[in-house]
Amino acid sequence: MPEVDRPTSLVVRGGEVLDAEGRRPADVAVGSDGRIVAVGPGLDVPAGATVLDAGGCLVAPGLVDLHTHLRQPGREEAETIESGARAAALGGYTAVVAMPNTEPAIDSAAVVQEVRALAAGACAEVHPAGAITVGRAGQALAPMAEMAALGVRIFTDDGAGVQDSRLMRRALEYASGLGVVLAQHCEDAGLARGGHMHEGEWSSRLGIPGVAAEAEELMVARDIALARLTGARVHLLHLSTAGSVELVRRAKADGIAVSAEAAPHHFTLTDAACAGYDSTFKVNPPLRTDADLAAVKAGLADGTIDAIATDHAPHTQQDKEEPFDCAPPGMLGLEHALALALSELALPVEAVLALLSWQPAAIAGLAGEHGGPVAVGRPANLVVIDPAAHWVVDSSRLASRSRNTPYGGRALTGRVRHTVLRGEPVVVDGEAQR
Amino acid sequence: MKHLLSIEDLGRDGIEELLALTDSFVEVSERRIPKVPTLRGRTVASLFYEDSTRTRLSFETAAKRLSADTMTFGVSQSSVSKGESLRDTVTTIEAMGVDAIVVRHGSAGVPWQVAGWVDVAVINAGDGRHEHPTQALLDCYTIRQARLADGLDPSFEGLRVAIVGDIDHSRVARSNLLALSALGAQVTVVAPPTLLPPAIETWPVTVSYDLDAVLGQVDVVQVLRMQRERQDEALVPTLREYTAGYGLTRERAGRLPGHALIMHPGPMNRGVEIAAEVADLPRAVVLRQVANGVAVRMAVLFALLAAGPSESPGPGSASESPLTVVAGA
Repeated sequence: MPEVDRPTSLVVRGGEVLDAEGRRPADVAVGSDGRIVAVGPGLDVPAGATVLDAGGCLVAPGLVDLHTHLRQPGREEAETIESGARAAALGGYTAVVAMPNTEPAIDSAAVVQEVRALAAGACAEVHPAGAITVGRAGQALAPMAEMAALGVRIFTDDGAGVQDSRLMRRALEYASGLGVVLAQHCEDAGLARGGHMHEGEWSSRLGIPGVAAEAEELMVARDIALARLTGARVHLLHLSTAGSVELVRRAKADGIAVSAEAAPHHFTLTDAACAGYDSTFKVNPPLRTDADLAAVKAGLADGTIDAIATDHAPHTQQDKEEPFDCAPPGMLGLEHALALALSELALPVEAVLALLSWQPAAIAGLAGEHGGPVAVGRPANLVVIDPAAHWVVDSSRLASRSRNTPYGGRALTGRVRHTVLRGEPVVVDGEAQR
Repeated sequence: MKHLLSIEDLGRDGIEELLALTDSFVEVSERRIPKVPTLRGRTVASLFYEDSTRTRLSFETAAKRLSADTMTFGVSQSSVSKGESLRDTVTTIEAMGVDAIVVRHGSAGVPWQVAGWVDVAVINAGDGRHEHPTQALLDCYTIRQARLADGLDPSFEGLRVAIVGDIDHSRVARSNLLALSALGAQVTVVAPPTLLPPAIETWPVTVSYDLDAVLGQVDVVQVLRMQRERQDEALVPTLREYTAGYGLTRERAGRLPGHALIMHPGPMNRGVEIAAEVADLPRAVVLRQVANGVAVRMAVLFALLAAGPSESPGPGSASESPLTVVAGA
């Protein structure tokens, strides 16, 4: 696209651009319409334009989270769309997919519109996912077409899997006609019933009823079979077991249209962390074993798993102080996912950003706006990352309304410096601008 | 020792110390007036989120025999889910000025949470299916006492103990097998596979599905309570079938070695896990377990509180040995 005649309002200067096409030292100039007007070394800064220093930093397409719980409507004491989007921006995200397990569930055009209205002016784009079934109850299909008409591209009953195989088949067939993707929380409810952590040596010692890895793997295997049957694409949420990773690896080798994500806690923590009965470590799917953790890492490295998704799940302190088996599952994720991936995965930064930005953008149907490339004419949704920054997580300083992170005190390498949303610097030097 | 949360925290030495201390309190309990002023001015609060008349009474009796004041908070799970948080309840009790909180809760781990919120001693009186450390201590004490009385070797080294029944749902089984194996006993758990915890191969026990094969070679058989709900959860087809395979019937009791002890933590389902007449055999030391429970809990309260920071000098203070105090209160 040729250089266009719009005033430059922002220049990201002195960094190295990194996107799916590679890395090159370049400044990025952004026009007043929020689109990139020039990419190249030594760009001029017109009078009145804002300069963001990117010296020593990577300038990359903004991150995209496929799996965020924003709690609004319904549980605003834990998180709001505004606070969650601010946390997202601080974590380098320019777009998040908001899970529909709100109260009420996002299962109709009306709730989709409510979420969109609440998200106007937020620090990151919020794209609501719709529920597959009415009220996420697993009984009747939700009106997917009316939600798809409003731009919803992912549907899921996340928090629960669609248990009825026949209903899931119908949902996949119906979704394929709409050009949308179904995402599954893979958990066989019957096998998992009553469990609160991974079933194994630790659950046995701690006296906490467990959830067997096979509860996840049964539904992964079923949905792979249904994807083969219907030809529809299915996205598998938060894979946590070695068996799930292997099932997806084989399905991809067989050419089945399946994609998958993994959460940072499943490649950084194991079930041994539950030993102190701190429900901060209670998540669903649960933290698994060292072997599962290694398998998730291997899946991220070899392309079996397409995306890192946070499963950002805010809960109030009061809720998390319930006994372990009564406390709700979930932990925060947005503000630390990038640094955890850079610190823990032993992957090149290009591969980490593929998992956090352009691959999830494609799965979410957002590739036109997010995930790059950093090129003239594209929306300026950018993150500026200092890959060498060493820092320690301070869990008292979070943008989220909740504090349920297990990473307080953890030393990490790599940090978000600036985030640019449609040309506007929403995070500058690690501080949210609104 | 600040709290008693788990048998694992005690280790072999800690268990031995508490068993030795229990001897003193058994002696106190046998006096005409079984009361010493050791913990006068101290307050022990019982916070029971599950109905448990016997454990609560045992702790309260122990506290009273040490001259501590007691208070009881009986809270049903349902009233808690509607109202005050666990943390608020616990910190409220602490603010009243107590020295120890005895906690029973249906959820594993609650005593650890409570210990994180308060500065006073916390005693685990049973957390979910996890642990019940004072029950394990009183069971170990009872075994040693009975074997001494029978002129048998009181050491646990090589002692063959079978724990029979619903191991997975049993805090008694978990604490007992940890304590007994720490002391050197050889523990065999006997149950249908559905009533064994996951990863049982990582426990310091031998597993058997065949009670009849085990019975002839045990020194102690501990029978666990079998709850009717297990039938509804498809863990056993029927209680009748459970009794046929795993109940300590009169016929099976007859095949135990003559010196073998029969134990049950109570409350018993006579006719389900243990036959009525077996529960009344001289080899069944169920009531000794109850009596020793008070002495063991006195020992635990003494160990936790007698050297505590809020101790004040004066008559009946902790510096006096529980053995030498005259029961004149």
